[in-house]
Amino acid sequence: MSDANGPLLSIRDLKTYFVTGAGSARAVDGVSLELYPGETLGIVGESGSGKTVTSLSVLRLVPEPPGHIMPGSLIEFEGRNLLTLSPGELRAVRGNQIAMVFQEPMSSLNPVFTVGEQIAEVARVHLKVSKPEAWIRAVDMLNQVGVPDADRRAYEYPHQLSGGTCQRVMIAMALMCHPKVLIADEPTTALDVTVQAQILELLEKKQAEMGMAVMLITHDLGIVAGAADRVVVMYAGQVVETAGTTDLFAGPLHPYTAGLLASVPRLDGGRGELTGIPGTVPPATSWPVGCRFHPRCPHAWDRCRTQEPPLLEGPRPGQSARCWMVEEPNRRKAP
Amino acid sequence: MTARPTIALVGALVLAMGAVELLRLRARRTGSGGRFFAHRSAVWGVRILLFFTVAALLAPLVAPYDPAAQPGIVTLQNMPPSWAHPLGTDAYSSDIWSRLVYGGRVSLGIGLLATLVAMSVGVTIGAVAGYARGWIDAILMRLVDVGLAVPRIFMLLLAVAYWNRIPLSILVLLLGLTGWFTTSRLVRAEALSLRGRPFVDAARALGASPTRVLIRHLLPSALAPIIVSAVLSVGNVMLLEAGLSFLGFGVQPPTPSWGTMVADGQAQLALAPWTSFFPGLTIALVVMSWNAVGDALRDAFDPRPEHA
Amino acid sequence: MGGGGTWLIRRIAAAAAIVFAVVSLTFVAIHLAPGSPFLPPPDRPLDTAVVARLNRQFGLDQPLRVQYVLYLKNLARGNLGYAFSRGQTVRSALATAIPDTLLLAGTALALDLGLGLILGIILAARARHATDLILSNVTLFIYSVPAFWLGLVLVFVFADWLHWFPAGFPTSPGLYESLPFLGQLGDRIHHLALPALTLGLVGAAGTARYQRAALLETLGREFVRTARAKGVSERRVILVHALRNSLLPLITLAGLSLPFLLTGSVLIESVFSWPGMGRMATDAVLARDHALVTAIAMVASAMVVTGSLVADVLYAAADPRIRERAS
Repeated sequence: MSDANGPLLSIRDLKTYFVTGAGSARAVDGVSLELYPGETLGIVGESGSGKTVTSLSVLRLVPEPPGHIMPGSLIEFEGRNLLTLSPGELRAVRGNQIAMVFQEPMSSLNPVFTVGEQIAEVARVHLKVSKPEAWIRAVDMLNQVGVPDADRRAYEYPHQLSGGTCQRVMIAMALMCHPKVLIADEPTTALDVTVQAQILELLEKKQAEMGMAVMLITHDLGIVAGAADRVVVMYAGQVVETAGTTDLFAGPLHPYTAGLLASVPRLDGGRGELTGIPGTVPPATSWPVGCRFHPRCPHAWDRCRTQEPPLLEGPRPGQSARCWMVEEPNRRKAP
Repeated sequence: MTARPTIALVGALVLAMGAVELLRLRARRTGSGGRFFAHRSAVWGVRILLFFTVAALLAPLVAPYDPAAQPGIVTLQNMPPSWAHPLGTDAYSSDIWSRLVYGGRVSLGIGLLATLVAMSVGVTIGAVAGYARGWIDAILMRLVDVGLAVPRIFMLLLAVAYWNRIPLSILVLLLGLTGWFTTSRLVRAEALSLRGRPFVDAARALGASPTRVLIRHLLPSALAPIIVSAVLSVGNVMLLEAGLSFLGFGVQPPTPSWGTMVADGQAQLALAPWTSFFPGLTIALVVMSWNAVGDALRDAFDPRPEHA
Repeated sequence: MGGGGTWLIRRIAAAAAIVFAVVSLTFVAIHLAPGSPFLPPPDRPLDTAVVARLNRQFGLDQPLRVQYVLYLKNLARGNLGYAFSRGQTVRSALATAIPDTLLLAGTALALDLGLGLILGIILAARARHATDLILSNVTLFIYSVPAFWLGLVLVFVFADWLHWFPAGFPTSPGLYESLPFLGQLGDRIHHLALPALTLGLVGAAGTARYQRAALLETLGREFVRTARAKGVSERRVILVHALRNSLLPLITLAGLSLPFLLTGSVLIESVFSWPGMGRMATDAVLARDHALVTAIAMVASAMVVTGSLVADVLYAAADPRIRERAS
């Protein structure tokens, strides 16, 4: 849960733009959020919302020629601005204090090295241990992440393993140095449903054991409901709502969040129509003027079409939304 | 140089540059055209190619001297570059720049024609093999395997050995007939993937003949790689022709080709290096232009994300 | 490894089949062409005893299928005919020429791969920066240059002007025999330098272009991002993680360099008066010695097929995924 001793990781006004043939794609356009020690922060959004680019920006993994983190952005970790670290300093943080797990486990592993070698590499780089020692630690990590027959499996290549096992390998690599922050970008999206649950369980267990903070990026509200303490909802490169998980699900402030929740089919619901959110996510090269959600919002009025709302504090503490209805709740139209 | 060739030369330059600018402005920023013109080296390549093509076509106007003229074979031979002869004179006292311009007709012409032959054969065979499958495909592909196993120059040497002075038309044919193998594999692959699609059966059911299906459906989808292959092939053929001519087996004297000019210069390399240098440099620039254009076309038709 | 073994046998059989096809098609070509096969053109008379022997060995008065069988038999025994332009059997002519070509081609290949690899890595690592933009164009230029012209340029600069290297021949005529062993070695290297450099440079340009593209493509893949996220240094990311993945195609590229090297040998050996297969082929064409030209073409093809086979085998040995699929 939130710790009164200040955030571990603090992102302020992050802007990550991409140069494209059609102009500048403002994938992340002024995102601010905080991650507190020991908590799980869920970042939710559709594709095109900027959530993945945000997570990549923390460790400066955004490919530089088309992508560029704009000056004025700030990412603070333990009192240092990650965006101004030298390459050497940054490398000391990556995989060591802040680790990352990616979406496609099979393609995120190097096909010509054994999984054991790839896990051991983290120890060699950061913990300065010998090759045999690193291997022992790698096998131990494999055990810890629940891979059976670890000392045999360590000699295998990624293509010989299932998606779920590959993801466990990735997690082993990430946890080797006991990082303070784990960023998990859609860790279960590419996996089968049953395996998804196992991986999430593993992450939860490891988090409890190691006391790390987890930034969990996903498009799946179900995962967020089960795993996250707090949630940040992103749309069109911005944070549109942030709240504690229970508050978010009980009473979403932003119409987009409400729309997301409404579009999840319920097993116990009646036989109603599935409601989606009308319209599509606009391209990052041309965000709508005013509130970026207004073209798809059932409540929009002229203020929304001209003035872009800032994040406004809602009635409940810890919940804010980027919506004029927070100021003018009477504008909310009846369903 | 006198006035008229200079004007013609400048005219050729202006024409080449102007045409490129026109094309560039008409290409939209996104899409294949835009992507192509984003490649600086390719744009220069088009300029160079257009310039030499126009110069070759307008050779009588652009060349200041008669390429076959040997005005002062004792006094004027092997003169270094000067105002009168911008690229110098060769061992026969002919003006090198004039021979270069006329030689362009031969070298560029052979390159383009031979490529045309190679592409025609390659596309036809590839389409037939890929569409017909079965034993026709097997035989044709074994033939391609053989064609790829024998280095092209040896095939050419084998054939050339039977002629005393090989006629230009035969040379073009030989160059073309030894260069269709890779293209046929390319087209065959496209034809195979096409064959499996349901709309082919639908078209056949509606009574379309195989030829019609091939032409109307296969060609458009295979067009991009064929064009790229063709452009790169021209450069290759020009190098091959230059090599053969250099050895004495290609273009026969007195017809000037850039390759024969390099050969002519070899005997006096030490005292008149420009006689070999300029023709060879021209070949290099033109082939480089074909390669740059081919690379850029490949990128333009099939862009890879963020890669130069 | 049972499965791998099957694949290997099938691959070798395929290679043998291609060589057989080349040999057979050559037979057809020889007999379709004007003039009598294996014998010199009528305006170059030959010793009657030699003619009689050739007639006997190749059955030149027999029906075609008998000739074909004899032809294959002779080939198997290494009898490739008589090179009348040189007054010796084709086999003995090739025996002197092939080693010289292999020496030149081998050295050029080493330069090609070494320089090309390094250059390719530099270009990829500095992609889209100034270094890459300039060097890429220089590389493209060298790649497009006619090899024989480059040879002449190098001869002019380093032999005629600077007098650092000789302009031709594999050894110093006259002087070589009287040199001690080390001196002979040095003399050979001295003479090998320019021709090998010519072929090697052009080849390296091609290899560099290919390697740059392959490496850039690999650097865009997700596991590279994972390596960076682990805190691995950029140098290790490029040289260990990425390179290992893009090196595999280099093996294939090396195997496929053989056609280029053999083609180059024809032109370069002419420029540098190098007594290899290429020069011999050129001379044979001038002398209308069809038997010799044909034999050289077949040997060249066999080399190409073998090179490709070796490359495939090495590739399979190096890539764990192919080994899996094969077994």
